[in-house]
Amino acid sequence: MIPELGHYALVLALALGLIQSVVPVIGARRYDAVLMRLASSTALMQFAFVAFSFLALIICYVTSDFSVATVYENSHSMMPLVYRVTSVWGNHEGSMLLWVLILSLFGALVAGFGGNLPRTLKAYVLSVQSWIACAFYLFILITSNPFLRLPQAPFEGRDLNPILQDIGLAIHPPLLYLGYVGFSIAFSFAIAALIEGRIDAAWARWVRPWTLAAWIFLTVGIAMGSYWAYYELGWGGFWFWDPVENASLMPWLAGTALLHSAVVMEKRNALKIWTLLLAILAFSLSLIGTFLVRSGVLTSVHTFANDPARGVFILAILVIFIGGGLTLFAWRAPMLKQGGLFAPISREAALVLNNLFLTTACLTVFVGTLYPLALEALTGDKISVGPPFFNLTFAPLFIPLLLAMPFGPLMAWKRGDIFGAAQRLMAAFGIAFVVIVLTFAAGDRSSIMAPFGIGLAAFVMIGAMVDIAERIGLFRVSLSVARQRAAGLPRSAWGTALAHTGIAVTLLGIVCVSAWASERIVALKPSETVSISGYELSFDGVVQRSGANYRELAARFTVREGGVPVGVMEPSKRSFASRSTTTTEAALLTRGVSQLYLSLGDANSDGSVSVRLYHKPMVLLIWLGAVVMGLGGTLSLSDRRLRVGAPKPAAKSAMQAAE
Amino acid sequence: MRRVALIGLLLSLAMTGTATAVQPDEMLKDSALESRARDLSRELRCMVCQNQSIDDSEAPLARDLRLLVRERLTKGDSDQQVLSFLVSRYGEFVLLRPPLEWHTLLLWGLPPAALAAGTIGLFVMWRRRRSVATEADLLSRDEEQRLSTLVDPTGPQR
Repeated sequence: MIPELGHYALVLALALGLIQSVVPVIGARRYDAVLMRLASSTALMQFAFVAFSFLALIICYVTSDFSVATVYENSHSMMPLVYRVTSVWGNHEGSMLLWVLILSLFGALVAGFGGNLPRTLKAYVLSVQSWIACAFYLFILITSNPFLRLPQAPFEGRDLNPILQDIGLAIHPPLLYLGYVGFSIAFSFAIAALIEGRIDAAWARWVRPWTLAAWIFLTVGIAMGSYWAYYELGWGGFWFWDPVENASLMPWLAGTALLHSAVVMEKRNALKIWTLLLAILAFSLSLIGTFLVRSGVLTSVHTFANDPARGVFILAILVIFIGGGLTLFAWRAPMLKQGGLFAPISREAALVLNNLFLTTACLTVFVGTLYPLALEALTGDKISVGPPFFNLTFAPLFIPLLLAMPFGPLMAWKRGDIFGAAQRLMAAFGIAFVVIVLTFAAGDRSSIMAPFGIGLAAFVMIGAMVDIAERIGLFRVSLSVARQRAAGLPRSAWGTALAHTGIAVTLLGIVCVSAWASERIVALKPSETVSISGYELSFDGVVQRSGANYRELAARFTVREGGVPVGVMEPSKRSFASRSTTTTEAALLTRGVSQLYLSLGDANSDGSVSVRLYHKPMVLLIWLGAVVMGLGGTLSLSDRRLRVGAPKPAAKSAMQAAE
Repeated sequence: MRRVALIGLLLSLAMTGTATAVQPDEMLKDSALESRARDLSRELRCMVCQNQSIDDSEAPLARDLRLLVRERLTKGDSDQQVLSFLVSRYGEFVLLRPPLEWHTLLLWGLPPAALAAGTIGLFVMWRRRRSVATEADLLSRDEEQRLSTLVDPTGPQR
């Protein structure tokens, strides 16, 4: 009964969605307030029905109702409760339901919190949002129904893919989808603005918090996925340039560009057309990401769907929304009035430079990801585009971007003073220089580039602090005045500094790990030891354990630093009887922000066991940096002017302080 | 007890037959040669895997390729010779960094071309908008003088 109710709720959501796709548009055309108001009610109800549907599916999984096909294929009655819940979206059908749940959630949020939006704009936005929702409801109902019953209910399920039986599955996909789908709001706003033929600074102010929220989720979601892959896949890499990873990186790059161009539009009423285009592109790239992952067009580590009918359906959605969006853009954008002027050296220009590099980086990832597919389809030639390509092309784009980053916030709007900014950054230059010299002196000469990378990170970090120090007049005015000013500084200024610091923290982690990670691959017998970077690990022996739905063989190692025991590491191999597969569970020992990483290999005929041991210096900074970025975004999101929404007289003082 | 457990481990590992990337027995005695082999391995694709280098892959084919790379290196091949040998055997698909050729021109060329086009486009747009602005938007000298009198009645500053 419950699966049928869930299925039916989804059909009702579709019906509501169809109404919401049409009626508010008619209302906006006729200025009929009743018809326009309908959009809010249907958006809220849509969310209620999809949420009910999602809940129904969760109940099916939790109660192990194996008469439902997806439950049978992806769950097991012995699995711990948390994995029975997360396996709801650990497969194609369920993850699409999560996708529309979040999509309808965002629609409901606009309906609920969009009270200060102009009525016609709100009606159009909710309609466009509903067009997207309907396309995906249809996709689920026609090709990927998660509630499909089996004629005969099997006794036991086939279990979730063991690699996915991890807390990462509980966190990573929902966060990532909140990011992906969050950009749909920016898209809907852009389409609504194009339909209305009107766009102004207030529009940017309404779009920015939504984009920022999506960006925060995507940032943290990507970082979480990266950490999950790091500890789960067993070879200690943190970014593989896998097409599925690239699919999430592209919207992130476009979204980051959008955040910055929306600032220009909000403050200076410039870059309107460009901002619109980015809003369309960011969500288009999210759709492309969904297509790449869901269609099975590239079968990679992450892909678990393989049905061409689905691929063609998503491709059609892709063509309609991206093609339609861009066509509308090409048709209507030239009619929009151009905004404020600025000199080539100004805050605006700095943000344009940011956009140029970010979009080029995005294009690089796009080309690198899709080129092999396109080439094979067109000529039949098979080539591989892997990490060496991306590392080579990405760094030259990010280094100038990071070098320019501290200059941006120090530049004035309209006409800036680059030498003045450079002068104020002298402290940052100085400290970066000292850092480079010290790293050269202290470190081994194994990597020539690493000291410069660390210097760059220091420059960006100090640069962000200089920005705050300049704003509050630190060292120029008395400390109490500076403290007062710091308290009065808009939160978005702190947010910017914090997010930029986060980038530097991540960079620091990446440079340290890339340059100074050490690795030992050895075969050990019990009571033998292996040493790495000042640590000594002794192999104590093997223990056999059993978990809820697996058997596990763990090797126990005692870690000593200078003869003093500092911890125990137990890497293991888990075998899951239900799928007759094994997973390798690496053991991690955190020392400050560095980690020891130990992963179990084969057993050899002489009684020894192969292990891979890594020392990863500063590795946690890679993900901590992303968390800092997310915190910066959250701080900025709590800024008064974004909460207030539309420019009102009351917001004036806060705005002046922000200038 | 421990011994029993170890046997259990051996048995279970033997049964599941998993292998991990780079095994201790594959590694070369000569550390310079071994580090060259590792660097090369990161540039080579495991052909049966999805987007994994032979250095990371657990597949038996990747192990074969790793051994092959080391064999060629010990025979005195240069890095380039090893790569060419593998390309002649497996095709360009084996390289994770595609060489610059006519059919990869777009791949390598598009990012720098986009950056250049963007820069030029911005410059042209700025020039054009500035010239339009000087004609239409900016005030004439006369208007500016009148404005400054209005703003500051004590007289023009300049």
